[in-house]
Amino acid sequence: MASFSEPRRSLGEGGLMIRVVLPMHLRTLARVDDEVTLEVVGPITQRAILDALEARYPVLCGTIRDHVTQQRRPFLRFFACEEDWSHELPDAPLPSKVATGAEPFLVVGAMAGG
Amino acid sequence: MSGVRVLVGTRKGAFVLTSDGKRTKWDVSGPFFGGWEIYHLKGSSADPNRLYASQSSGWFGQLIQRSNDGGKTWEPVGNKFVYDGVPGTHQWYDGTPHPWEFKRVWHLEPSLTDPDTAYAGVEDAALFRTTDGGQNWHELPGLRGHGSGPQWSPGAGGLGLHTIVLDPTNARRMFIAISAAGAFRTDDGGTSWRPINNGLRSEQIPDPSAEVGHCVHRIAMHPSQPNVLFMQKHWDIMRTDDAGDSWREVSGNLPTDFGFVIDVHAHEPQTIYVVPIKSDSEHYPMDGQLRVFRSRSGGNDWEPLTKGLPQKDCYVNVLRDAMAVDRLDSCGIYFGTTGGQVYGSSDAGDTWAPIVRDLPAVLSVEVQTLPPSLAEV
Repeated sequence: MASFSEPRRSLGEGGLMIRVVLPMHLRTLARVDDEVTLEVVGPITQRAILDALEARYPVLCGTIRDHVTQQRRPFLRFFACEEDWSHELPDAPLPSKVATGAEPFLVVGAMAGG
Repeated sequence: MSGVRVLVGTRKGAFVLTSDGKRTKWDVSGPFFGGWEIYHLKGSSADPNRLYASQSSGWFGQLIQRSNDGGKTWEPVGNKFVYDGVPGTHQWYDGTPHPWEFKRVWHLEPSLTDPDTAYAGVEDAALFRTTDGGQNWHELPGLRGHGSGPQWSPGAGGLGLHTIVLDPTNARRMFIAISAAGAFRTDDGGTSWRPINNGLRSEQIPDPSAEVGHCVHRIAMHPSQPNVLFMQKHWDIMRTDDAGDSWREVSGNLPTDFGFVIDVHAHEPQTIYVVPIKSDSEHYPMDGQLRVFRSRSGGNDWEPLTKGLPQKDCYVNVLRDAMAVDRLDSCGIYFGTTGGQVYGSSDAGDTWAPIVRDLPAVLSVEVQTLPPSLAEV
């Protein structure tokens, strides 16, 4: 498991710049060509990142997690620092390398045929 | 010259086919939303350039797209479909109660008078409405709140509300159909609903004449006779002359009365079309022959229409939303197949020709008849 002890990079009003990599279809929807950078305030968790992502790109609401339950869609996965965080609690802290921007938070579409 | 715009939803995107009134040369644009399932797209009759599309994916859920320029460009609008109140349960395949869960939008039906108002039929079966051009969707809970709701159970394809028919003479009346609950009607703008399945008979349910539980595949209406409805049920072609209060079978001499699509000629209210499909479970044309059947008498007497359609080695299906008619003087009929062909006839079904042959599996076909000011080809 990655370390949580590295210092955070704080920018602006105390937020941290987080890198997020989206799958192709969500990049198309959000009209971005590459990974996105988000300012996230507070502890860096899945929920905090997804809240910031949806605030910046409202078109992504409902595409990564359910509108009502806020649960991750079954065919999507969350990776960070070469580990699968999909089954961790949404408020669990993510590795410090994600918080510092050294590593991105990846939203990955599960491989499936059809 | 007038023109036509054929809107095609497929397993992997949407396509727009346009032609002038001759309907011999076609322009094909798309795919739009490549890689996504487009269950349905349809244009507003109040503003033909306003289109709505249901875009969904097993990975990313449901989106609704809107076009204000006839399908040249699109923008995502609201995709939040939340059941009203406590969702409750319907019956699962094993007979146990199962919570209502939104899965996708099967059918979009724009209002006949207001381009910003549209209805969405969804799985698990419910009816939603937008009045702001698709930004916000709200359930009409009286349908699911009908006392039979907990008894509804899914067909093999899911518990989908797939048919929405608006009465052009009465803004407060509409008809919907659900697999496998049956047909319902509202006479008060969607506040309350009642099942209209009297006369349907389905041997596959414990009580063949039950009030609900019938697998209705599709309902069609001619706008000049809104009390006359034609239904393709799982098996049986049915007809009502009293807005669904009672139905009678008009399958007549069809080689099989299973199928999905049914539609009505634009100018002849008693001329109807079906595509018989072999079942149970094969779901392809009988004997490898793709045949549309036409009745000019409102049912019972049917004639096969084969000219231009493959008459051997054809094993495609034609799904419930995949037939439509245009309103040009010589009525055009169109249908799409799971093999990716879209066939058109500009002479009411006498002869057919493929417009496109190699699209992804076709889920839906809709047609807009365009005035000269909007026809471009």
